[in-house]
Amino acid sequence: MKRLLSSTMTRRKFLKGATAFGVGMTFAPQLVWGAEEKKLNLYNWDTYIGENTVSNFEKKFGMKVQYDLFANNEELFAKLKEGNPGYDVIWPTDYTVESLTILKKLMPLDHSKLPNMKNIDPDPNFSNPPFNPGLKYGVPYMWGTIGVGYRKSKVNKPPTSWKVLFDSDEYSGRIALLADMRSVIGITLKYLGYKMNSVVPEEIAQARDLLIKQKKHIKSFAEDNGQDLLLSGECDLVMEWNGDIHQVMAEDKDLAYIVPNEGTQVWMDNVCIPVGAPHPDNAHTFINYILDAKVNADIANFIHYGTANIAAKKYIVKEDLANPAIYPPADIVAKSESLVDVGNNARLYDEAWVAIQAG
Amino acid sequence: MSIQNVRENKLVAAILLVPAAGWLVIFFTLPLAIVWIYSFGERGPQGQTLLALSLDNYKRAVEWIHLGIFLKSLWIAAVSTAICFLMGFPLAMGIAFAPARYKNILMLLVILPFWTNLLIRTYAWIAVLRTRGFLNFGLEWVHAKLDAVFSFIGLPGVMGTFKPLALLYNIPAVIIGLVYVALPFLVLPIYATLEKLDRSYLEASLDLGAGQWRTLFSITMPLAFPGIVSGLLLVFILSLGTYLTPILLGGTDSMMIGNLIAQEFSSARDWPFGSAISFLLLYVTFIVLWLRAVVASRSKGVGY
Repeated sequence: MKRLLSSTMTRRKFLKGATAFGVGMTFAPQLVWGAEEKKLNLYNWDTYIGENTVSNFEKKFGMKVQYDLFANNEELFAKLKEGNPGYDVIWPTDYTVESLTILKKLMPLDHSKLPNMKNIDPDPNFSNPPFNPGLKYGVPYMWGTIGVGYRKSKVNKPPTSWKVLFDSDEYSGRIALLADMRSVIGITLKYLGYKMNSVVPEEIAQARDLLIKQKKHIKSFAEDNGQDLLLSGECDLVMEWNGDIHQVMAEDKDLAYIVPNEGTQVWMDNVCIPVGAPHPDNAHTFINYILDAKVNADIANFIHYGTANIAAKKYIVKEDLANPAIYPPADIVAKSESLVDVGNNARLYDEAWVAIQAG
Repeated sequence: MSIQNVRENKLVAAILLVPAAGWLVIFFTLPLAIVWIYSFGERGPQGQTLLALSLDNYKRAVEWIHLGIFLKSLWIAAVSTAICFLMGFPLAMGIAFAPARYKNILMLLVILPFWTNLLIRTYAWIAVLRTRGFLNFGLEWVHAKLDAVFSFIGLPGVMGTFKPLALLYNIPAVIIGLVYVALPFLVLPIYATLEKLDRSYLEASLDLGAGQWRTLFSITMPLAFPGIVSGLLLVFILSLGTYLTPILLGGTDSMMIGNLIAQEFSSARDWPFGSAISFLLLYVTFIVLWLRAVVASRSKGVGY
């Protein structure tokens, strides 16, 4: 999963490469008596924080921040499962929070040090998500959806059902799906009326067979570039992360984003402290800082993602609040689900996905 | 100190070998050993790598579905290698027999693509091959001109309307990308052998009445055989393990073995299984290299 605002594809890939190098360094955790040294090591997605958030924080608290980037949850997970190389604050997505929690790689938050938690949306999706009950191991940051990006002039009507992508030849050869195993199979399961995190082999097999049947109409499983396929006119409907479509909508007014009526996958990123963080107190200070309504709104207004901070909403720009690529209709969000860690059943998804790719 | 002295002085030779040998052990042998150990392990529920002593990953790797991807990769690599040879051998000959003053420039042109990032070069192919890419634009232009000519001679509408060709997101596009990337790897070793080849053999062949074709197949190619084999194997191994090209140029049926390995190491979080497939790929590579060694030892061609 990725969410980036930079404008061209090659640049994004470059950043990814640069990231892989940049995070190669490790920090020596230091033993400190009493107050922590004024340092903080952040590990975040690229282009996923306000323009001045870090520098303002450094000024306000007199801290030196080391800021590193990762490209996807697997990179973050692979790094932390072998032991924390020295990060204080990380930004994992929903099911990765769960995996890391089970592996005891996350530190429980001290809520007494986070008074700004009162700003978090009381909706249980945010205040008590299934992958992080009671917000014990992290606080919600930004959230979004997977939907359909489409070219308005090339479709008969807005795609209000996933049918056009999964079960129809209406747009044969003009559609692309994500190359994301859990998301594609999960949303197909939703289209078939099952749970997105189903671990029933027959249901997953049914989703697999539907996708294999649909393959002849699909142009590509887009690894990282569904939005570019749409922008270049190669495809007219693509399944994509909302942020990626939002980015190309700004370049081409003929493009739009919709979340089909069956509901979708809602993703949510979280701010967590990994076990072994050298500066846990500073990390709490930072998390409380970005939960501040104004600071949070500055971030959301810069990166254009939906915030889970209800107090920040009044500072969010009007266009963003009205944009379905950022805040889709509440009734459709209510029908949506987020991914959870399926443990050993991940094998079911892996085998179905390989069958779809090989078939 | 001459080369001879280094050979005699064992200590100096050992010291000179230390950096490279150390590099190989630390960054090649050790990681490979770790992956090998992983391949007998099992996946924990959260995607941890649990060490074990089981052959389950290998059994799973040779299941029909994974074997099918393996065979498809072998097939794609073989076709790419064949096309590379058909294009690369004449090119290598052309350079080797070109007047000396052009040789360096021609070699430079072969090596030139290496100066650009592979990713950029592959994206360039997207811009060429896609529906609204340069190739389709060119065809559309030709189509329009022909249409005008036919209309002029009183046959309007013969050409029909132009439909852009689906050139991208399929296996042929992957093969085009692989041939493009791998071609220099075939040209360089063949050129190296042809360059060293004793021209008097060719002259003798022609003097004794053999034609150009006969000389090519009976003299030049056998003498260049080691270079040809090296080039073919290099291209084949490179194509077999490719990851980037099928992702960017391939369609819904272009998953190759490199992509399967990547899938296991990333979203499936099944490092043990991914390690097992990696080692199967490595074994195939070793077999191919062993075949090369056998062929090379029997051949009487020009060594280089």
